[in-house]
Amino acid sequence: MPVLARVIEGLGIPTVTVTMVPDLAAKFRLSRVVGVEFPFGHSFGTPHNDELMLTVSRAAVRALNEAGAPGYRLDVAAEWPVPLEIAYKTWHPPRASPIVARMLEQRRT
Amino acid sequence: MPVDSYKYLPRSMKAMYEATPFIDEPQVWAELPKPLHRCRVALMTSAGIYLKDSQQPFDEEREWREPTWGDPTYRVIPSDVRLEQVGCMHLHINHTDLLEDVNVVLPIRAFQQLEREGAIGELADEHYSFMGYQERSLADWRTNQGPELAARLKERAVDVLLLAPA
Repeated sequence: MPVLARVIEGLGIPTVTVTMVPDLAAKFRLSRVVGVEFPFGHSFGTPHNDELMLTVSRAAVRALNEAGAPGYRLDVAAEWPVPLEIAYKTWHPPRASPIVARMLEQRRT
Repeated sequence: MPVDSYKYLPRSMKAMYEATPFIDEPQVWAELPKPLHRCRVALMTSAGIYLKDSQQPFDEEREWREPTWGDPTYRVIPSDVRLEQVGCMHLHINHTDLLEDVNVVLPIRAFQQLEREGAIGELADEHYSFMGYQERSLADWRTNQGPELAARLKERAVDVLLLAPA
């Protein structure tokens, strides 16, 4: 998705990217990045947690208002409300993805 | 405290991401055309959501046949989408929470609130969904979907795009 941000921004539309991997976004030299320490598939929080979703969304608004040059990064100081060991397991799909399944198969053979 | 970008990643992916070099391309930058409280804002997710009643899911069959390939197309999601319309085809994340409340990946409710507060001008009436697992070169996104979406945003007088990789 960083590539889409770059293409669209390069065509004149300002972007802000809310991401769980802000270090990687920085390597793509994006304009405005908001980092969240959340499990994948949950950029804005947990279901029906409007307060957390607003916190992240307000950070994006702040980034858009504050950033004056490319490379801006703002990390959200919000803790994920689920213990790490549970959150880590539950963001994964119930079935291994095709590429993971292929890698596991190759490891077995 | 800075965000730990690798907290939820498997170790193998952490090593891969950490070893990723900075791209050898210039930084990109577009100024806001007007103050944000007057801008029209659209949202984008890469969670692979689609409208079950009117859109095709992202192509799962081909990804199973060609595991290094991902469907590069996108779906348009209206602001007034109802939860029962939302489907998801993304083989790399768990769908449970986003199907319980799509706002965890596409924060329409929060941005409607920000519109009411006057923090943004208005929320656009349509948003965009991609499926984030893609072939390595990302050639389609660079040459097809990216420029096509930028043109669509301009046609709709969208001033700012928020992207949320899933």
